[in-house]
Amino acid sequence: MKLMPCPLNGPRSITEFVYGGTVPETADPASEDDAAWADHIFGPHTPPGIVREWWCHVASGYWFIAERNTVTDEILRTIPPPRAKPVQGTGS
Amino acid sequence: MTQARLPPPYGRFIDRQAPRTFTFEGRQYSGFVGDTIASALVANGQWLMSRSFKYHRPRGPFTLTGDDANTLVQIGGEPNILADRYPVRDGLAVWGQHYFGSLVNDRLRGLERLSRFMPVGFYYRTFFRPRGAWRHWERVIRRSAGLGRFDPKAEPRRGRCDKAYLFADVAVIGAGVAGMSAALAAAEAGAEVILVERDPEVGGALNYRRLGADGGEGDRHRDALAEAVAAEPAIRVMTGTTCTGWFADHMLTMVRGDRFYKLRARRTVIATGVIGRPAVFRNNDLPGIIHGSAAQRLIHLYGVRPGREAVVATCNGDGYGVALDLIDAGCAVTVVEMGGDAISDPRRDRVRERGVPVRRADALVEAVERNNRIAGLQARDHSAFNLECDLLCVELGVTPAASLIAHGGGEVVYSNDRHAMLVKELPDGMHAAGAVLGPCPFDAARAEGDVVGAAAAGDDTWSPPRRENGCLNHPWPIFPHPKGKEFVDFDEDLTAADLQHTVADGFRTVELAKRFSTVGMGPSQGRLSAVNAVCLLADAAGAPLDGARVWTNRPPAEPETFAHLAGQSFQPVRLSPMQGRHLEAGAEMMVAGAWLRPAFYGRDRERAIREEVSAVRTGVGLIDVSTLGGIDVRGPDAAEFLNRIYTFAYKKQEVGRVRYVLMCDEMGVIIDDGVACRLEEEHFYVTTTTGNSDAVHRAMLRWNAEWKLDLDITNVTAAYCGVNIAGPRARAVLERVQADMDLGRDAFPYLGVRTGRIADIPARAFRVGFVGELGYEIHASASAGEALWDILLEAGAEDGIRRFGVEAQRVLRLEKGHIIIGQDTDGTMTPQEAAMAWAIARRKPFFVGGRALDIHSRHPLSRTLVGFVLPEGGGESVAEGHLTLRDDAIIGHVTSVACSPTLGRFIGLAVVAADLDRPGARFVIKGAGGGRIEAQVAALPFYDSDNRRQEM
Repeated sequence: MKLMPCPLNGPRSITEFVYGGTVPETADPASEDDAAWADHIFGPHTPPGIVREWWCHVASGYWFIAERNTVTDEILRTIPPPRAKPVQGTGS
Repeated sequence: MTQARLPPPYGRFIDRQAPRTFTFEGRQYSGFVGDTIASALVANGQWLMSRSFKYHRPRGPFTLTGDDANTLVQIGGEPNILADRYPVRDGLAVWGQHYFGSLVNDRLRGLERLSRFMPVGFYYRTFFRPRGAWRHWERVIRRSAGLGRFDPKAEPRRGRCDKAYLFADVAVIGAGVAGMSAALAAAEAGAEVILVERDPEVGGALNYRRLGADGGEGDRHRDALAEAVAAEPAIRVMTGTTCTGWFADHMLTMVRGDRFYKLRARRTVIATGVIGRPAVFRNNDLPGIIHGSAAQRLIHLYGVRPGREAVVATCNGDGYGVALDLIDAGCAVTVVEMGGDAISDPRRDRVRERGVPVRRADALVEAVERNNRIAGLQARDHSAFNLECDLLCVELGVTPAASLIAHGGGEVVYSNDRHAMLVKELPDGMHAAGAVLGPCPFDAARAEGDVVGAAAAGDDTWSPPRRENGCLNHPWPIFPHPKGKEFVDFDEDLTAADLQHTVADGFRTVELAKRFSTVGMGPSQGRLSAVNAVCLLADAAGAPLDGARVWTNRPPAEPETFAHLAGQSFQPVRLSPMQGRHLEAGAEMMVAGAWLRPAFYGRDRERAIREEVSAVRTGVGLIDVSTLGGIDVRGPDAAEFLNRIYTFAYKKQEVGRVRYVLMCDEMGVIIDDGVACRLEEEHFYVTTTTGNSDAVHRAMLRWNAEWKLDLDITNVTAAYCGVNIAGPRARAVLERVQADMDLGRDAFPYLGVRTGRIADIPARAFRVGFVGELGYEIHASASAGEALWDILLEAGAEDGIRRFGVEAQRVLRLEKGHIIIGQDTDGTMTPQEAAMAWAIARRKPFFVGGRALDIHSRHPLSRTLVGFVLPEGGGESVAEGHLTLRDDAIIGHVTSVACSPTLGRFIGLAVVAADLDRPGARFVIKGAGGGRIEAQVAALPFYDSDNRRQEM
């Protein structure tokens, strides 16, 4: 069982965390066409190599991003969630 | 029966004051506390303990450490217990396993005469024709080639197993010289250390190996180290504990008695030492042929003289140590010296001094069998010679106990220099010390332990030292015989020829050869067979032996039982604050997610549900809804946040009003619903379905981690209890309770929310219509749950208020056509398909799943959820999950069905083809037993179609 270095709570057992999918490339629902959006939702975003993933420390409800090598299952680093990005087509 | 016991100080592990009596194969044996079944049996001259897997050959212990699987026995209903690990107890009834007739006279022993008709891979190529033949043969083969019998009905021999979790800075596996030294050095450097030892005492080989010509040296070293370890408060010693696996980031699994441990360490030091390597020659598997170290374990640990006439076949000084121990124990000994290198060792000189006969030999030819035990040895120098013996100690080499190193990804390869497997590379962060890395005299192991222990405590990187000291292994202890029966793998009855055939059949790499021949796949997992198999496979394939790898080694390193893995089940159950009240009222509880909820109150299920439904429709009912999730959403961006998370629109929702919420994922699939109560401009209280609050809360946090809107999201599920008082008399009942809110129809309309005090209990009350009657849902502090419940029941007494449970609620909501997420929807259903397009605010610029729903809306619907009614008598055979059909084609399934007491007929919800979405349309349900029932689509809701009653 692995340890996950949580940016908020330090190293904790992986069983305390929930995986939240890869961090997708920004996709704007307002401008992407249907095929591109379908790829955004369903497409494979876990190539072999280093990927960025959402992880949540369940006990504290803290979401962050981990960089993980999907070939070696090595967690390279974890970082707090990114700054707000220009919001997905909310227009508000 | 007289025991071959030696006087103290022999017998370090046994307590001679505590005799124990047990039976083996129905015959009585005696031993002492501290004996294993195997040591007690050998003390009584009983070497035969089991029969082999394929040929039913007699087998006895080889290592006396549990590393071989020759001692598997049956105790009660539990098979495959290692007799050389399991302690004797009074009254223990032990049986051999895997024989036909008796252990002594196994009727299937004759099978080995057929061995040339049963070549390696025999099953794979013999029983697959004609088609179906395997089904017949499998039963026959399993009977003849099984291990013990598992009897699920037998009294369990153990109590309940459980689990424990441990933490340490440094975990040291193996408490021999190197392990104890490493533990001491790590503790010295400030680390908290856990020192794990498989034997009942620390000491490792010091407890039984003879280091010098005089003997007793090991005891002195052991005492000094053990005392230091015991005096060190930072070391926790766990003896009798088997480490079964190394997992990522230094998680170690361990078994001790009935307990399974998971140990998390910062660093691991592997000091597991070595395992005796068997020599491969004809009949090398006979009981009475053991590794030299096993004889020393018998003598020193259990005070057992292992034989009368012993032969020691050796190529190193350790073998002469064995010879000296045997002589001291009163055995007649002949040494057969083998191997090319001259042995220079004081123990050899001492053996010579004592006039022990020493013969040279190039090869072991065969062992002679009498009465299921060795009776003699033929060896060969220039010519063959015979030696009478009842014990053969093989001391021709050792192999590192490197399973845990391999689990971590370390590399273990054959070394031509050492004629043995060698740990070539350790995984990152793992340390090792002592004999596991190669031959290692006491002083070297002590020094190495010091260095490694300090390095592990200090987090230093460290690479194993190169060992200069000599080689203790015979270069090729494999002596094929023209008549075969030279066993490489005792578990699987594989001979040298079998492995040669494996290569001849084209399985040239170790991984393929393992799978085809099954070498290393038996209960001892190749601990003994690996090195000889690697040699034979490389030789047969003409491949270089130096650097040859063994097959991949995976946890567990030693067997774990299912009982250990299962442990005690740990499934926390969440209880409503009113749980006690429900039980007092005779509720039948049901599981709802992590919760227990009242299904109905009373004994008679049908009647209770009918009466509860009727009370809500005609009078008043009270249900506990504390299990609904509650999430507080507060902040300037609260409304904007809900707008993005849910499908509806919330920005214009007025304070004091309630709105339905429907949550989709990015695929547009419905994942949750509830209501949002706007308590203040910047404060919403949102409910979720039972069991979904954690997931919804997590999803909200996840999205806002991206959006960074200005708000706080708090899961307050456990902080609140909730009740719903519903029915035409609900207002009248509530008005009897002192409340500081106006409950009148205009002051507190349908879909209104008020905060205030109800009978002095601070509460949030809102009017919703899940069951379709006038009703108030009241959420208050969980600690006030029982009081609130009691007050409302008391106030409702004169109106005949009735508690109602989940079952009645399900019927009530079905009459209103309200869906239950997860029952009427599944992981693929969109709001359009669930006929809930009304819950989507189309004008919003964005919400989660909106883009996908937008795409869906531009494609024709293929299926939809509809209400249906069944003809008289048709309901009994229809259940949730039954298929819906049109012209025998499957178009969906029934999601809900119930007999409505209010309407007096069966009603339900079902997924059908989209074009059937019109009242009166007909489709077929394939009911229980395959019967076809015609159903008719009905308009929703079934009851009170203009929703007047809930808005009263």
